[in-house]
Amino acid sequence: MSDKVTRRKFIAGTAAGAAAAAFNFPMPAIAQAAPFKLGLLTVKTGPLAQGGIQMEQGIVTYLKEKNYTFGGRKVEFISADTGGNPAGTKTKAQELIERDKVDTIVGPLAAFELLAITDYIAQQKTPCMSLAAAEDMTQRRPNPYFLRASATSSQAMHPMADFAAKELKLKRMITASEDFAFGYEQMGGFQQTFEDAGGRILNKLWPPIVTPDYTPYLAQIQDCDGVCQGFAGSNPLRFLKQYAAAGLKYPVVAGETGGDDALLRSFGDEAIGLYSCCPYTLDLETDTNKRFVAAMNKDYGVDPGFYCAGLYVNGMVIDAGLQKTGGKSDDKAELMKALRSVALTDTPRGQIKFDNYGNVIGDFYVRHLEKANGKLINKTVKTYKNVSQFWTYDEKKFLEQPVYSRNYPPLKS
Amino acid sequence: MSGRYFALGIAVVALATLPYWMTGVYYINVASQILFYAVFALGLNVLVGYAGLVSLGHAGLFGVTAYAIGYMLQLGYGHPIAILVALIVSVFAMAVYAALSLRSTGIGFIMITLALGEILWGLAYRWISLTGGDNGLSLQTRPEPFGYSLSDANAFYYATLVVFFLSLAAITIFVRSPLGAALKGTRDQPRRMNALGYHVWAIRFIACLFSGLLTAVSAILFVYYTQFISPQTLALTSSAEVLLMVISGGAGTLLGPIVGAGLVVVVKTVVSGFIERWNFLLGAIFVAIVILMPEGLVPGSVRLWRLAWRKRERATKVVSGGAEAKP
Amino acid sequence: MTFWLVLTANSITFGGLLFLLSAGFSLIFGLMRIPNLTHGSLFMLGAYIGATFVIGMFGVKLNFWLAAVLATLTVAFLGALAERFLLRRLPGDQLAQVLVTLGLSFMAADFCLIVWGGDPLSVATPPELAGFARLGVLVFPNYRLAIIVIAAIVAIALWLLLERTRLGAMIRAGVDDPDMARVVGIRVSQLFTIVFALGAGLAAFAGIIGGPILSVYPGLDQDMLPLALVVVILGGTGSLLGSFVGSIIVGFIYNFGQALLPELAYFVLFLPMLLVLLLRPQGLFGRHVP
Repeated sequence: MSDKVTRRKFIAGTAAGAAAAAFNFPMPAIAQAAPFKLGLLTVKTGPLAQGGIQMEQGIVTYLKEKNYTFGGRKVEFISADTGGNPAGTKTKAQELIERDKVDTIVGPLAAFELLAITDYIAQQKTPCMSLAAAEDMTQRRPNPYFLRASATSSQAMHPMADFAAKELKLKRMITASEDFAFGYEQMGGFQQTFEDAGGRILNKLWPPIVTPDYTPYLAQIQDCDGVCQGFAGSNPLRFLKQYAAAGLKYPVVAGETGGDDALLRSFGDEAIGLYSCCPYTLDLETDTNKRFVAAMNKDYGVDPGFYCAGLYVNGMVIDAGLQKTGGKSDDKAELMKALRSVALTDTPRGQIKFDNYGNVIGDFYVRHLEKANGKLINKTVKTYKNVSQFWTYDEKKFLEQPVYSRNYPPLKS
Repeated sequence: MSGRYFALGIAVVALATLPYWMTGVYYINVASQILFYAVFALGLNVLVGYAGLVSLGHAGLFGVTAYAIGYMLQLGYGHPIAILVALIVSVFAMAVYAALSLRSTGIGFIMITLALGEILWGLAYRWISLTGGDNGLSLQTRPEPFGYSLSDANAFYYATLVVFFLSLAAITIFVRSPLGAALKGTRDQPRRMNALGYHVWAIRFIACLFSGLLTAVSAILFVYYTQFISPQTLALTSSAEVLLMVISGGAGTLLGPIVGAGLVVVVKTVVSGFIERWNFLLGAIFVAIVILMPEGLVPGSVRLWRLAWRKRERATKVVSGGAEAKP
Repeated sequence: MTFWLVLTANSITFGGLLFLLSAGFSLIFGLMRIPNLTHGSLFMLGAYIGATFVIGMFGVKLNFWLAAVLATLTVAFLGALAERFLLRRLPGDQLAQVLVTLGLSFMAADFCLIVWGGDPLSVATPPELAGFARLGVLVFPNYRLAIIVIAAIVAIALWLLLERTRLGAMIRAGVDDPDMARVVGIRVSQLFTIVFALGAGLAAFAGIIGGPILSVYPGLDQDMLPLALVVVILGGTGSLLGSFVGSIIVGFIYNFGQALLPELAYFVLFLPMLLVLLLRPQGLFGRHVP
């Protein structure tokens, strides 16, 4: 691989040099000889591969659309498989940064992978754009080289809770989510907003990530108005199936991973009626989104979900950032500054910009899962505009409270 | 014999000068990984190869050390104290681990160690107040022994190399000592050893402690290398991986676990960059090793090489000395 | 009250599924002394193959039960091949057996990713078993009741096979004393292939039967293998009764442990296994120490 790179570099360099010599033409700043190197940290083997493969599809779709050229500069794309574990992520991040000398990293997928490399990317001054939702990365312990164009864990849950309380008129709910940070942060956000709107959380259930059978938890869901689930990966599928099998009929609401559009091809009819809030929705009626969905259908034969769209949007942000720097990426601090100042009005997920902590401010969509023409679809029923990671809360007060956890906010007795 | 020392000398020189002929920080980091995984595999090999006890829970012990370091640092202690405490905690954990698992041998030992490994993993995963659960613990700095900072890749490589050589020396001395001989005796003829007056259980127990110490040493290198520890490090797959290093290289040899560690690390880190289905490849390599060289890569290659050498020798003998060949 | 009833009923269901998974594991372990670390992969392969036909992924759509039979036979055949061409070469060599079964499980996991991609597959409950049964205050899905019945039928069939047929007598003889069995003229090698295929087929059957509850996804193998191990260690290797009782016990521990002590969910699962290994190494019903 390194061989190929050097050869390609060599050819590009000589070609540019020859052109300059022949025409005695001042080279524009944009036409740097070396390509911009974009590294992807993703998961292509093991249990997390589903989301990881979708991530790669998303970024590749954008690269193809732009003919591998960002801001007038050729892009060389390098993909690395972390295997879904932190030690592997560290090694692969080193491979991308130290061997391949990438200019920007997109990924990794999971929060624990991101946490394993956050100090490292800051040391190496390599901009990193991940979907991983670990809140404090853009809140209490911000990393200057980290940028998140997707959402924090609770960013979709705040509007979801608002919708559940005000539009669905639910009063007493039970939450169920995986027993790790992503689950805590989602459910904490849901609880805080839901209780501020006059609702009450009766109980919070925390099944481990590996839970073949949810029945022991489902047996504890009773005497309530609704359930909020925050599962990720293939778990929402199993949870909803077993939820229906247990004869439970309370309405269910979810976040971006619990009702993702990419899961629609796996869900059965038991998922009908699910409300989910997501920073991306398949049915957004914009040209950019239609183009994106059409490309995904054509190349991979599937509808994209949150992971694909997230990486596609990351690609757009980097493209826009490079346009701002005139294609230059040598000064990583400058590049990071440019990336952070990107504001796009038309992406597959609508308009986006970034706050001072490097987290996205954008639209969030509440969708209702329905069946139309024999196919399951998420139909957008309400759009929350310009949602920040702090929702409607005062930024300072929000940051003073502890990060959402298993016991924060506490249950009201 | 002199050929062997010659090869050893070349290997030592090659390893000691690696940063000068290996281009790129990345490959030096890969070399560091191979070295500390080799120490881990050598430690497991004390049990698997020399004591005939297959442990499938060693990643649990590895994790105990790594978490001990992470936790001590988080409490605000310095690196020397953290390392010291981690070593003590690890040897103690190994003593408990050994006391429980040495009640059995053979498949029974495999199963008990597997259960212990899973329990340790479960604790790391669920005892969130101590371990941070799935989010793991981060280490901010690497230590600076004698004012020599290890934050640079080359520096870390040399530190790892020194520890590696010390571990290799320790295990070589151990294996060649009377205790090592007795340990091999308990592997091959436990009943006879017992009849001869050896305390089989005590010998195995000491071997466990030694194995645990090497495991702890490699875990310290690992945790300073990645500067991060999370429950995945303790998972069954990690235990299986290091066991595969030992078996694929050749259990019961000094060189085998090192070669096995090299194989697994290179496939996982370097080859996985070129071949998307590297997990499949790794599995296929293991199956191929079992078919072609069931005793492991190192003894298998030695056997093949000797076979070929003897054949050639015989062939030259027949040609040159055909007249005086004995019937 | 209902809470306890649901948990109890579900413990038995889950135990039934675990029995289907672990009966074969126990036989292979007991007869051949092989720690078959591919057992989770066989379960997953069965689930994937069955789901393929139930969903009609590659154009062929079959009835659930037919798909289950087809998946079982396919995986049994694969198991026979693995025994014949790989494990056969390594009698008594536990290190090599561990290496080869782990290697195969790596390959199987990646193979499933290649063929079926990373998306989870949802297996619909067979229509004839949709709906709920009312047992007093307890409302319980028909399909879960059916799993209990299926597990019971398989248990009885296996018992008849082991106790009432010539093949069963040979297997029992092999479990008790393989050397003696060989001396009295039992063709142990052929027997091994049959038992391994039977174990693999049972695991695959469990996989597709579990499909409508667990669904099928990458990583299913790693989720199930430890459970099978716990069952077999608890019950004792090579003992059908042991697998049965062990499965039910683990079913109860799993369900009640998760509901009552969620923080210690893994601890309570593996602690009984450890206790049995220490206090009664042959397992509750095993005849000899593994």
